[in-house]
Formats: sequence, structure tokens, C-alpha cells
Amino acid sequence: MFLLSICLGSVNFSLSEVLQTLLGHGDANAVHRQIILDFRLPQVLTALLSGAALGTAGLLMQTVFRNPLADPFVLGVNSGASLGVAIVLLAIGPIGLSLTDGLAGSGQMLLIFASSGGAAVTLFIVLLLSRRVDIMSVLIIGLMISYTIGALVSILMFFSMAERLQSFINWSFGDYGNVSWSQMRYFAPAILGGIVLSSLFMKPLDALLLGDRYAESVGTRTKQVRFFVLLGASLLAGTVTGFCGPIGFLGIAAPHLSRYLFQTNNHQVLIPASILVGALLSVSADFVARGPGLDVVLPLNAITALIGAPVIIAALVKQGKMKRLF
Amino acid sequence: MGAQVKITAKQLSIGYQHSAGETIVASGLDCSLRGGEFVCLLGPNGAGKSTLIRTLAGMQKPLAGELRLSGKVMRDIAPRERARAVSVVLTEAMPSGMMDAYSLVSLGRHPYSGWFGGLTGQDRERIDWSIDAVGARPLANRQVSELSDGERQKISIARALAQEAKLMLLDEPTAFLDLPRRVELMSILRNLAHQENLALLLSTHDLDLALRFADRLWLMTPEGNLLEGAPEALALNGQFAEVFATENLDWDANSGSFLAHPVACLKVRLEGEGIERVWTQRALERLGFGISEDDGKAAFSLKVHKDVWEVERFGLIQNFENIESLIEWIRSVDWRE
Repeated sequence: MFLLSICLGSVNFSLSEVLQTLLGHGDANAVHRQIILDFRLPQVLTALLSGAALGTAGLLMQTVFRNPLADPFVLGVNSGASLGVAIVLLAIGPIGLSLTDGLAGSGQMLLIFASSGGAAVTLFIVLLLSRRVDIMSVLIIGLMISYTIGALVSILMFFSMAERLQSFINWSFGDYGNVSWSQMRYFAPAILGGIVLSSLFMKPLDALLLGDRYAESVGTRTKQVRFFVLLGASLLAGTVTGFCGPIGFLGIAAPHLSRYLFQTNNHQVLIPASILVGALLSVSADFVARGPGLDVVLPLNAITALIGAPVIIAALVKQGKMKRLF
Repeated sequence: MGAQVKITAKQLSIGYQHSAGETIVASGLDCSLRGGEFVCLLGPNGAGKSTLIRTLAGMQKPLAGELRLSGKVMRDIAPRERARAVSVVLTEAMPSGMMDAYSLVSLGRHPYSGWFGGLTGQDRERIDWSIDAVGARPLANRQVSELSDGERQKISIARALAQEAKLMLLDEPTAFLDLPRRVELMSILRNLAHQENLALLLSTHDLDLALRFADRLWLMTPEGNLLEGAPEALALNGQFAEVFATENLDWDANSGSFLAHPVACLKVRLEGEGIERVWTQRALERLGFGISEDDGKAAFSLKVHKDVWEVERFGLIQNFENIESLIEWIRSVDWRE
């Protein structure tokens, strides 16, 4: 899928051409080389990493909140990011930044800062509050903060020009094509770091499946574990949102699909599985969104749901009923 | 820690802390639990049995007093070390989605396994032993969600056993089980306490089984005190009756069970022996009759033979071939006349 996704797009390449280019002894022409190495490869790599990150983050959130509907954004990191972006595009933007700047170079970097910053501030507030209340309240606090921020964004949108609105809406569609090699230097380590951090908590996550009291009775420091897991999951979700916009659906779909495939709740299986399933779904969605052979690029978020939802529905229908997860 | 493991509580106050202050459930509790002892914790609803169990397990802070585990103050013990010494079976349902029984039991090895929770041969040995100890071998590969209440309870106990702790605290483990399953579970637990030298505390509402199986009883009174002693001693000195008797209920020290106050005061003169007599008497008591030795005050007299129940009333004799028809007759008569 990875290779297929590099080969096909608005310009198609043969598999051998791509492989040779990737391996460094390409005799392909310079334009092809540039498309493959500087556009396709980072985009597919971004899709891969984002999918892995969202799959993992979704799994962590579902376990911590013991809720099959939880997704990587339950703490409101995506709405925080959207506020950051809305402020840049809708409020500050009119002062100097033009739409075209917003899509390339320093403007792009500004967007990343804005959304990562928005996500980080929201996360900080929710985690700070989460230390004082029980876990179900954290879920509701996250939700309430999302609504509040959503309201602020709506107000910003209300007072904005149509042209600005369009670029904000474009951002909210999600796009893997914005991560250049220079940004990949931050993006990739952040994602890999987040995944490693999460993987460290496989064992206590298993214990959390039993509920807090049992988890504590086998020696788990539940508060501590939860804090780090929420931190890890939100870092993953926040990083992806920061660089690629709010990518929906993958985070909730990948863990469910992994559970369905492996029929277990054991995190030593589920974490790697969610990484793989998330990455696969994500690369596929990106592949379809770029519409091989077409000249249009479809909204990524539409495609993740269009691909993912039928898969989940089919899995559930085949299984007959939703097994109790928690 | 070995055989010396024990929990001691002195002047313990238990309850809940919240922003508005404290809710004290019980206070001034003195108690201790030693290895090799099967103790049943009894008390009316709301007396604080679950709170006491959670406090003793170190899951909830005592409001006052001293709680020590093998000499160390409970709250100073690191979670992992405490988990190696104390295991629990709680009333809350063990969430069990997509997990087989073996995996659930293996979670009991967390206090011993490494960072990623990998199991060693020794871990697997203990898991297998735990599953066998509760007689759950056929369940090991089944999904927990498919098990019956009784089977799930066994797995839950096996999980606690896998923790290899010398103290095990169980909060109403027999609550949802039918009588044969309760008896089975109680005997498994008592034997484990004796053979493995475990200190085992079990809260239950099943007074009858507690009296039959426990080495010692802890009685929590509605006033928040704790009475302690051998079951028979508490029955004889009347403390048992004191804790549980209510307006409508009497503790009958003769049979070791509770009886509702008789509704009517009619007496029956009963003759006969053997198991038929025992069950006939129970039927009469259930229907509100007392047993009288005196002919004059009896509403009727009843002779129990091997295969026939002979009733004499107003000088008329009536025979019943089985206890069913006798009971039917007694219920059909209007005894108020």
C-alpha cells in the first residue's frame, strides 16, 4: 500500500521507477525524482505516521476512559488546535497574512505553530483539571472545553470574510501533504516518541481494564499511569492535528478493527495492531483522497470515514453483536 | 514475610473523606488477621463491611487509628509490595470484555512481572495452580464474558490467588451464587486458608454458612462496633442475636437460624420421629404453628408415622399419605374459628 501510494497520484510512476529512486540509483528524470522524493514520499510517510499515532492514541483513550466511543480527541486537543488556526487565519490573518502565504512556506509553519499551540494549551488545562476529579469527569470536562472552544471558533467564523473561511475549512478537511522534509524532522520524532511512551504502559493499561480498584490492588499507580497515558495520547493526537489538521475517524476505527481482528483486549497485542491498522487505513485514505488518475484532491476527512465506517459496520454485522469491551 | 504476615488494626476509624468533612462509618475498631485463619465478617447492610475491607486492603485511608501490615504502617508500603501481601475480591463486577479466563487470572501476576508484564515459567506455574485450586480448569480458555456468575467468581478468586499474597480479603463473594455453589466456594476458601496458611477475611450475609465454616467471626454492629470470637461463642453469649435481631425477626439459638415471629399462636401436638418429623415440624412452623406438648391447648394433634400423617381434630381422625396433602389441608382450614 505504501509503495502503491507513492506510485499513483496525479502523475503515475511504475513500481520499478519508484523503487530505484527510493534506493538512490535512479536514472529517472529530475522532475519525477523531485515528485517522488519531495512530495510523494513525505506525504505517504506522514500518512503512515499519522495513522499509527491516531490508532495508538485512540486505543489509549478508549482504555483509560473505558469507553468504546472515546477517540484521540476526547480531551479537546483538536478543538484547541482549531482555535489556534482560526485565530491565525480568521483573526490575525487579515492583518498581514494572505491566503496564498497560508499554504506555503512560513505561513504553513505559522499554522503548525498555531494549531500545536492551541492543542497544547487545551491539553494543559484539561490535564491540570483532571488531577482534581475522577476519570468520568475528565471525559465530560474535555467535552465541555471542546464545546466552549467550538463556540469561540464559530464566533470568529461569523465575523470572517468568505475567502478566509474557505482556507479555514480547507484546514479542517485534513491534509497529509503539508509536511515537508524539514518539518518531518520534528514531526517524525514527536510521533515515534509518543508511540514509545505509550508502549511503556502496556502492562498498567491491561490492569486498568479491571477498573481502578482492582488495578490498584495489583500495585498499579492508577493516577500516575493515567496522567502519562493521557499525555502520550494527547501528544500524538496534538502533533498530528498540528501538522495535518484534525484527522477524524482513524483514531476510533483502528482500535475497534484491531480488537475485531485479534479478538483480545491485551495491550501487548492491541498497541502494535492499532499502529499497523491505523497506518494502513491512513495510507489507504490518503491514496484515495488524492484520486489517482484524477486532477482533484478530495477532503481527507471525508475519505477516512467513507473507507473506515463501512469496514467497522461490516465487522460488527458479521460478528452479530458488539462484544462487551470494558 | 511468610507465616508471620498479619494485619493489625488499633482504634481504627473507617469512613470517607470529602470536601465537607468526614463521614465516619465505624470507629474504635480493634482487630487482627493471622495466617491460617478463615474469618467471616458479618453485619447488617450499611454497617461498613465493604469499607472495612477496603481499608484493611490499603485501598482507602483510615480516618484515624493505626493499621499495620506485618508491623509496617499500611500507608508507608509501596503499592507493588502491598500487592504482593494483600489480594482482594471485590463486589464490583470485574470488567471482562474480550478476555479469556486465563488472561484475567494472569493479571494477578502484575506485582511480580517486569515492565512489560511478560510471564515467566514460575508465573505460569502459579497461574495454573490458582486455576486448579478453585477447580476452574475447564474454564481457563473460555471468554470471561461467557461465564456464569459462579464461574466468574471462581476466576476472580483464582486471580487473587495468583497474586500469591498471604492475606486475601473478599467482599461478599457468594452474593450471586446459588446455595450449592456457595457451600462449594466456602469450603474451597476454608481449605485454602488452612492448607496455604492464608489469612482470609470474607464478608457475607450468609449467617448460616458463616457459622458452619468460619474459624472466627467478626460481627459489625449497626452502631459501628466490632465483636469478635468463635462462631459458637458468639451464638452462646447472645451477641449474635443482639446484632441481628429485629422487631420481626428472632435469632433461634437452638437451630442456629433466624425465624420470623409467628403470626398465629396456635399450637400443634406433634408425635413421631425421624427425618419426617423434622420436616413436618418445619412445615408447621412455616405455616405459623407452635409445637405443644400439652393436649389441651393444641388446635389438633399430629402423629407422624413412616408413610402416613395422622391428624386428630375434634375427635375425628384423618390420614394423609404425603406431607404435600397435609400442608394443603392445613392451609385450607380457617384456623381463626
